[in-house]
Amino acid sequence: MLAGTAKTSITSLTSKRIRQVILQQSKRANVGHIGSCLCVVEILCALYNRVLHIPSAADPDRDRFILSKGHAALALYAVLALKGWLSKSDLESFCADGSLLGVHPEYRVPGIDFSTGSLGHGMSIAAGAALGARLQQSGRRVFCLISDAECNEGSVWEAAMFSAHHRLHNLTVIIDLNGQQALGRTQEVLDIPNLKERWQAFGWRTTEVDGHALDQLSSSLNAQSQPGDAPHVIVARTIFGHGVSYMMAGKALTQTHLSDQPVNWHYLPMSDEEYQLALAELETAG
Amino acid sequence: MRQVFVKALCGLAAADERILLLTGDLGYMALEPFRDSFPARFFNVGVAEQNLIGMVTGLAEAGFRPYAYSIATFAALRPFEFIRNGPVLHRLPVRIAGMGMGFTYGHAGPSHHALEDIAALRTLPALTVVIPADSAQASAAMEQTAALPGPVYYSLSKDDRAVVPDLKGRFELGRVQIVREGADVAIVSMGSISTEAVAAALELETYGIQASVAVVSNFNPDPVEDLAGLLGGVPHVISVEAQTLSGGLASLVGVVIASRGLSCRLWPLAVRTSPDGLSGSEADCWRRHGLDRRAIVDCGLSIFGGPARCARASYSGRPSE
Repeated sequence: MLAGTAKTSITSLTSKRIRQVILQQSKRANVGHIGSCLCVVEILCALYNRVLHIPSAADPDRDRFILSKGHAALALYAVLALKGWLSKSDLESFCADGSLLGVHPEYRVPGIDFSTGSLGHGMSIAAGAALGARLQQSGRRVFCLISDAECNEGSVWEAAMFSAHHRLHNLTVIIDLNGQQALGRTQEVLDIPNLKERWQAFGWRTTEVDGHALDQLSSSLNAQSQPGDAPHVIVARTIFGHGVSYMMAGKALTQTHLSDQPVNWHYLPMSDEEYQLALAELETAG
Repeated sequence: MRQVFVKALCGLAAADERILLLTGDLGYMALEPFRDSFPARFFNVGVAEQNLIGMVTGLAEAGFRPYAYSIATFAALRPFEFIRNGPVLHRLPVRIAGMGMGFTYGHAGPSHHALEDIAALRTLPALTVVIPADSAQASAAMEQTAALPGPVYYSLSKDDRAVVPDLKGRFELGRVQIVREGADVAIVSMGSISTEAVAAALELETYGIQASVAVVSNFNPDPVEDLAGLLGGVPHVISVEAQTLSGGLASLVGVVIASRGLSCRLWPLAVRTSPDGLSGSEADCWRRHGLDRRAIVDCGLSIFGGPARCARASYSGRPSE
């Protein structure tokens, strides 16, 4: 059964544990999107350990989190499981027939506020959620994690304009700047240089951080804002497949016909050998 | 029914603080009463319909009952996927008002002709689709659907004065409204073009043909039982809609006939061409697409051996130019 109430201490929520769960479940289900999940681990870890105020998954005044890059849902499931909102059996239903835990997140899972999966959708939901909090005079905050390639979508900029015009100070967007998209490097597919400056030009407060540095992430995510302030975007520089060296190098160890490119790990499931190597590397890294 | 929509919405909003109105920068000389009565609950999101629908999704999850307003093609077709993955997937009480059903904005040209909105949106069973035939029915429909827990799409006409004779503001989800009895042929119509259906039935009577007229005003739930009852008693039915043949009213009528094994033959009058670049008044568009009272009468006459002027109503399946 999907539990929906926290049972374990959040001290068990570490980047290493999240990565282990991602590897275990993607191997068990034999699915990909591993690189996309691994690169947002610290962002989720900072949010769920140090930032989000969520007394319970059903509390109407909880902070909202929208994983607009829905293909990283397994990383979110790992967090929810480590927080005790998902049971072990729930987690192990990932990608099973008839499961609510698919590759992309479903709002019917306790702890997931909105279903996503179609890039460009989450930002406008977040803008509505932030406006709603303001209208209800609630202090709750709204966080939305988007990918850099998601900024290809025009709807992202529609929501960016509204949020800036209405000074939605309670809205924070995190951009996972991993430089990858489905068919190659963002630089080659549809280059979006000066991302921070683009958002500044749209009227947002901007911060750029190392997306794997928990302290930098926490401090920027917790940055105080006042009514009247602009919404805040945090450009988080990340490395695709972070934590597993051959993924970061884009090497598919057992499919040698593939050229080395990080995007391989947007799609590939791990072989047994790759899985053992990845787990061992995590263990060694401590 | 544009003024009626706003008036009804103001009445609902006065009694329910959760109601908000968001527009995609449209509604001049229409939305002002709401804006002036509830300024803190009115938002112009700009020309950004995807964001409009995404935002009402976020607002509805927070406990609001947001109404999103734009011209029907922009409200329904541009953000179709946002409707599907937002209020429909999340089962949220979002209301979307699409102004300009069918050829309401005839002179504005094809970009403004709402010929696919109902067909597209009725493919989403969790979305109630409401198509009022006149202002009184629009007002009743808004009140009766205001408290539904799921999302609703309203396809609205601009004309506040047109009245479908004997409809008298009747509306009930999942039902059809019979506005005229007749045993020879049934005319089933949808939306503001229902005035043409009634006028055609009156003219057919002068030829000795008794036509009933039934108005379909919503999908999801589809009025299947009422249609089956009506069509089980007549040998012919003419469906009339300013909507594409695929997926609109004719599709429902055809499914009811086939799935119930009825012997009634369907003569579908619907839009069969892709946007053709032509503009004109609503009446002119109805005429050119073979949907006006003349076309309905011709269809009725040809069914009963009159002049064979109703080639349009026999369905070949061949795409028109």
